[in-house]
Amino acid sequence: MGALRRALARIHSFFSKPPLDADLEAEIAAHIELATQENIQRGLTPLEGRRQALIRFGAIDTAKFQQREARGLMKLDILLQDLRYTVRTLSRDRGFTLVAILILALGIGANIAVFSVVNTLLLRPLPFPNAQQLVWIAPPPTKCGLSCATYSTDGYDTFRAGTHSFQDVTGYFAFSSPDNLSLQIGAGAPVPATSIDVIANFFPLLGVQPAMGRAFMPDDARDGAAPVVLLSDAWWRRQFNADPAIVGKAFGMNGRQTTVIGVLPRSFDFGAVFAPGAKVDAITPLNLYGPPRNEGNIVTFIGRLKPGISLAQAQQDAAAVAPRLCNNIKYPDSCGNYEAVPVPLKDYVSGKLRRSLVVLWSAVGGILLIACVNLSNLLLARAAARAKEFALRSALGATRMRIVRQLLVESLMLSGAGALGGLALAALLLAWLRSQGAIALPLLGQLKIDGAALAWTVLIAVFAAIFFGLVPGLRMASGNLQETLKDSGPGSGSGRKHERLRSTLVVTEVALACVLLVGAGLLLRSFLKVLDVDLGFEPQHAAAIMVDYDNSSPTREGALQKQTLILHQVLNRVSSIPGIQAAGIVDYLPLGQNRSWGTPFPKGVKPPPDLSAGPLVYVATPGYMRAMGTRIRGRDFTWDDGPKSTNVVMINTSYARFLANYVNWPDGSAVGRMLSDGSQDMLVVGVVDDVHEEGTEGDTGWQIYYPITQNFPNSAELVIRTTLPPATLATSVLTALRELNPKQPAAEFRPIQTLVDHANSPRQFFMLLVASFAALGLVLAALGIYGVISYSVTQRTQEIGIRMALGATRSNVVGSVLSRTLRLALIGIAAGAVSSLLVSRAIAALLFNTAPNDPIAFAAMVLLIGSVALLAGYIPARRASRINPMVALRNN
Amino acid sequence: MGESKLDLLQGTLDLMVLQTLAAIGPQHGYGIARRIEQASGDEVLLNQGTIYAALVRLQQRGWIDAEWGTSDNNRKAKFYSITRGGRKQLAKDAAYWQRLTGVMLRVLSIAPEGGR
Repeated sequence: MGALRRALARIHSFFSKPPLDADLEAEIAAHIELATQENIQRGLTPLEGRRQALIRFGAIDTAKFQQREARGLMKLDILLQDLRYTVRTLSRDRGFTLVAILILALGIGANIAVFSVVNTLLLRPLPFPNAQQLVWIAPPPTKCGLSCATYSTDGYDTFRAGTHSFQDVTGYFAFSSPDNLSLQIGAGAPVPATSIDVIANFFPLLGVQPAMGRAFMPDDARDGAAPVVLLSDAWWRRQFNADPAIVGKAFGMNGRQTTVIGVLPRSFDFGAVFAPGAKVDAITPLNLYGPPRNEGNIVTFIGRLKPGISLAQAQQDAAAVAPRLCNNIKYPDSCGNYEAVPVPLKDYVSGKLRRSLVVLWSAVGGILLIACVNLSNLLLARAAARAKEFALRSALGATRMRIVRQLLVESLMLSGAGALGGLALAALLLAWLRSQGAIALPLLGQLKIDGAALAWTVLIAVFAAIFFGLVPGLRMASGNLQETLKDSGPGSGSGRKHERLRSTLVVTEVALACVLLVGAGLLLRSFLKVLDVDLGFEPQHAAAIMVDYDNSSPTREGALQKQTLILHQVLNRVSSIPGIQAAGIVDYLPLGQNRSWGTPFPKGVKPPPDLSAGPLVYVATPGYMRAMGTRIRGRDFTWDDGPKSTNVVMINTSYARFLANYVNWPDGSAVGRMLSDGSQDMLVVGVVDDVHEEGTEGDTGWQIYYPITQNFPNSAELVIRTTLPPATLATSVLTALRELNPKQPAAEFRPIQTLVDHANSPRQFFMLLVASFAALGLVLAALGIYGVISYSVTQRTQEIGIRMALGATRSNVVGSVLSRTLRLALIGIAAGAVSSLLVSRAIAALLFNTAPNDPIAFAAMVLLIGSVALLAGYIPARRASRINPMVALRNN
Repeated sequence: MGESKLDLLQGTLDLMVLQTLAAIGPQHGYGIARRIEQASGDEVLLNQGTIYAALVRLQQRGWIDAEWGTSDNNRKAKFYSITRGGRKQLAKDAAYWQRLTGVMLRVLSIAPEGGR
């Protein structure tokens, strides 16, 4: 209790210094007075009495100091003193302060922003309750695309009933195309939107509650149920003006009156988690027992583990049940081909990005180091100028601790201000990133500066302050007092020592910048290589739009004829638009969705039993290959390949080469050969280029194309090729489609190039970030070089003056300054190049067709940093050459 | 150097102040310092000024009170008096010191083993 009381009293004393000091003053005066009086009474003279009294009292200032120390918060007092003093000195040196804060703000801001990205994508759990229980269940990756990563509805039932480690299993329909929903409001033109079908237990399993209304119930997904839809928060705001009474209203969607049963919360964005870079407007229930039942592999699996069940247990459980899954339980030979491996949903969403993010994180760490080294350098320069101030202070009794502490306060204040600037910078950067919906990175919309990011900010600000403040601080406080007081500047020992330390710091900076630049250079080279990849199609001058058509007919043959007629008409009409060179229709565009239907094999040859999955399937019209710019050997489909004529297909080069391993085709070509998938025969009429399907990087798989005249496409993407910029044709194409079909929605007209850009966007994103960090590092290193050279020129003004007076020419002077610059830069570059060799090996996995020791990247970076260094040295060198010997010699 | 004065152990000054105030009643800082010097037979090394840190410490703990008053020879001075809490603390500390000195005496009087 005494302790608490004392603490309170101390705090009180801290805030009432003046009255307490006056009180003490009076008390001491009374003390001396009383003592003097007594001494006089003992017979001393008044003067001697007072002298004795003062002697007995001891040092008055010490007594006061001790009393204040005992009564108040001395540490805080000193801190406040230091703070006030620091504010005064920093505001006197405004230029230095601004530069220092700017450098720190850039370094710290980049760090906060990247930390937020890393935190959102890697560290923080997914935005679902108990997200660590959620798993993504899929076979190990193969080359047959989405069809191999999905399961049939029968498989779903078997898996859900057979496993015991999951609270529940859900999934969604994996083959929805963008703009697959056409919304009819009133009599206006239909509005295109994107919807995803999910299994009814999708939201309860994820733990997502609608913000309004209700989630799906099992009955919503039964045959004949009234159509219902859940709206995304964004679509509800954009399309329905955030109508608070939307629940219960019905709208025409894909030709059926569909009731809105709820609006999803703002925090749930389907695309952000499951389909990065895509916007999903509406969620509809998937009818597991209706038409999709027999469409093969269509649903993904997402599970929630029971509490206490480990991932390994779930994997065992799934591995035991998976072999029992069937594509269709009616056909026993469709069973036993499945594998299922649960992995944490988080790994599925962002696991691939881990390596890139770690690289990014290291890059900004490098930036912070460079910023700190730079600042250390600036502070050293300042320290040289302030050496006498500190010598004076210690001569007046300041302890070494006190001086170091004051310098540390100064660094902390600088880094604190830098951190505030950095926070503002990071907030801007994150706001920009949040709006980049087109970058195919998950969870970007969730980016924010949260508590963890703030804690991180404080951590790096303190780290930075100690790092850049301590070296100059210790150096300054350790100096020999008398030497410093005597030291008049140029040519003296301590000045030279400072300069050596500063040179070392600059060399470090150059080396760090070099590593960053080489890393950025390698990533840039990789990116350019990716842009150069032969995709198997020509993305420029082509665009696609989703076409609405109705092929409803009582018979299969009738439906085929109807769709052939309609789509042929569409192509004829569109081809007649001026500027359009070619037009064709396919159901899935490259770099988007895909599926497979089995493995057609040369007729009469028995397929090997261990074939995992067949080629990816596309249903296309004649002319599609020409519109995409994909080359055909053999012939294209024709409109005469009708339902009654021979079944025809085209296959890609990879698949043809694979099949050639099993048969002896006389000329090695697959064109004109007969394939069979067990139920029907098909004639290969053409072999086409391998098209990059899954991504622009990596290998292409097997592909097979079926004609739209003989098969049913899942959708119809009209692709046009034109000589004009594709966007200029958007209106005329849509008008043409509307003439033929008034129900055609105003679907988005997408240049094919944007599909490629979208696929490349994560690489581009990381490359750009690392490149801008490297540029920042380069600028900081240049500043560092400039600072050191410029400082040494100032220090040696007299020396240069003497040399010029003795006959040195301007070019001599420039040459000597530049050679010093070059020496620093070269040492830095050499150290940087060696470190780069080590670092580049670590990022080798992120490179594409680029060796980690790619000579071009290395040479370019060495040249770049060398010339920037020369430029940074040239400015002070020029100044040196303009020194007027007379003036230089006169001034000291 | 046998004549040199004793350095005060940490915390002993506080106890001396409390005991002095308990014995002679309210007193100003100078008076307290003088009494301690006299009682110790001028053996302790006491810069009188150091007493003020001890006084403020004791006051903040609530063991003594302070009030401005007038001295015998009509001078304004701050007078300190011991509180009830102070007396309790004094009793505790004094008992502790007595035990400690007793123990120290006994320990210091242990004769060398071989001396028997």
